[in-house]
Amino acid sequence: MNDTLSGTGEALLDAHLVVERDRFRLDATLSIAPGEVVALLGPNGAGKTTALRALAGLLPLTAGHIRLGGEILDDPARRTWVPPERRHVGVVFQDYLLFPHLSALDNVAFGPRSYGMNRLESRQRAAAWLRRVGLSDKARAKPRHLSGGQAQRVALARALAVDPPLLLLDEPLAALDAGTRMDTRAELHRHLGEHPGATLLVTHDPLDALVLADRLVVIENGQIVQEGDAATVTAQPRTDYVARLVGLNLYRGLAHDRTVRIGPDFSLSVAEAAEGDVFVAFPPTAVALHAREPEGSPRNVWPATIDTIQRHGDNLRVQISGPVTAAADITPAAASQLRLASGQQVWAAVKAVETRIYPAASRRSMPTPPPDATPAPSSGGTNRPTLAARQAREPWQP
Amino acid sequence: MSTVEDREVGAQRPVPIAAPRYRAGTGRVPVALLVPALVGLAFLVLPLLGLIVRAPWSTLLQRLTEPGILTALRLTLETATLATVVSVALGVPLAWLLARVEFPGRRVVRALVTVPLVLPPVVGGVALLLVLGRKGLLGSWLDTTFGVTLPFTTTGVVLAEAFVAMPFLIIAVEGALRGADTRYEEAAATLGAGRWTTFRRVTIPLVAPGIAAGAVLCWARALGEFGATITFAGNFPGVTQTMPLAVYQTLEGGDLDGAIVLSLILLVVSVTILASLRDKWITSP
Repeated sequence: MNDTLSGTGEALLDAHLVVERDRFRLDATLSIAPGEVVALLGPNGAGKTTALRALAGLLPLTAGHIRLGGEILDDPARRTWVPPERRHVGVVFQDYLLFPHLSALDNVAFGPRSYGMNRLESRQRAAAWLRRVGLSDKARAKPRHLSGGQAQRVALARALAVDPPLLLLDEPLAALDAGTRMDTRAELHRHLGEHPGATLLVTHDPLDALVLADRLVVIENGQIVQEGDAATVTAQPRTDYVARLVGLNLYRGLAHDRTVRIGPDFSLSVAEAAEGDVFVAFPPTAVALHAREPEGSPRNVWPATIDTIQRHGDNLRVQISGPVTAAADITPAAASQLRLASGQQVWAAVKAVETRIYPAASRRSMPTPPPDATPAPSSGGTNRPTLAARQAREPWQP
Repeated sequence: MSTVEDREVGAQRPVPIAAPRYRAGTGRVPVALLVPALVGLAFLVLPLLGLIVRAPWSTLLQRLTEPGILTALRLTLETATLATVVSVALGVPLAWLLARVEFPGRRVVRALVTVPLVLPPVVGGVALLLVLGRKGLLGSWLDTTFGVTLPFTTTGVVLAEAFVAMPFLIIAVEGALRGADTRYEEAAATLGAGRWTTFRRVTIPLVAPGIAAGAVLCWARALGEFGATITFAGNFPGVTQTMPLAVYQTLEGGDLDGAIVLSLILLVVSVTILASLRDKWITSP
């Protein structure tokens, strides 16, 4: 944990995960800096959950190592293995797994109590965490009386209440309906931004990954196929799966009614009315390219320059720059008709109905800077919990 | 033995979401199923009705106040409860071991645990006598070292009942443990709880209904225990004579009415207690 405070910028988590089971082999190297949020993306059966379970200590490694803040948690070659209950790794499980017989307060107090706090202290701490996630009034409620979004927040508070240097989230939003998901995502974004330790988010939802994570790691068949910040991965998908997965153009802007101002002189028309700080997303397939300025229907139209053209699946992914950078998927037929080439001037068009909009409610800008440009955590200043708050959370740390 | 069925059938249990009631098309129940079902019901209920019909109602009050009856009843309830306590204290950890820990020979151990279920209770009593009797393998050592004698004592009754009834509890609890979602225990581990804390604070509350069901089953079995008790503990009024033994002795002595009264009391007491426990436990899952 001292690494977190000193903010050396070195990796807090350094892991080489090798797990062999039946016909499956996971072999992935992960490194996460303090304060950094990494999304582990992949299709079902890619090994995401296996990686998460190995990090949590619920599954031993076959080979490789897990080091967290200098401590070896798992290293088969050295015959070292720290059981989950001594790892200080926080986990938010997919369906939360709140203990059904305990109130929200006692669920959150469970971790502090297990790590040696007395009943009163652990309850005070739990109450403080419930206040932070805005659920003070639900302290006495049993999990079955909580809504999906509330349960998710209690699960997050429960995992964070032990001040874990490593926080793992397994599809934290998958169990929620669309409406709740949006608000909960924004809320989660805020809390992850305040978490001083390393965070690994396992998800198959590109939107969750793009919004919540600083860096994406994509695995397929137990292997890492690509990693990098959202902009890079979106622009240069290396496999079909990645292209489909992160095939989203994502912008942040200021919304007023059905218009979102994204740059000094660039706005997008959107289908839903909104106010304030928002994200706008649309898939590359929604972007049409024209040789001349198109006319007619209420569209977002802007002049752009073609940067790169890459083949992906049956389509071509075209990267365009201009007032905003964007990715467009077009058919080879359309491409040849337009005679597309790098450096060519085109008109890009997106229908308002193809856009998705959701509140940002967070300080993080999108797309995120590459990991080496991430400021050292201690210099993150206002983003980090105050020293007093940290000390209050310190007492039972080893 | 109808206790578990009673629990499961407890359809009055408050269900969070009103489950739609499926009506099997009226009058469509196959005769081939209906007839044996009704015969089965009659077979189970008629003997109990017979007990009530033949009861000497006129002299009932007078008979109830006979001193021997209350003593036997108290002894029965006390020993059955103690046997249940012993079974829970030893059986729940054993069930946990069988359900959660992989060890060589686990299948054999599981089979051994169920042996008392199929063993005739009298044989169980003989076996207990051979091991814990005054000249038994362990019994002689207990006798010479501590001066403790188990057979033909009230403690012996408790042991005989626990021997016969504990497998019922173990099977019920092991089933509940296997059915419980082990991911809750994993969640507890990631929150810093070791296996003992997890067992105490997560596993036990989660399988509490299973333990309750097992304990009720165990208690009911202990209440009616006869064979092992009479073999290992004998039939001494006030010391080892429980209600079933008293019924048997009264019947042997030719007092049919007396046997009926004792049986009725046993019936009423056990049904009342089971029914009240059921209401208490089913309300909070």
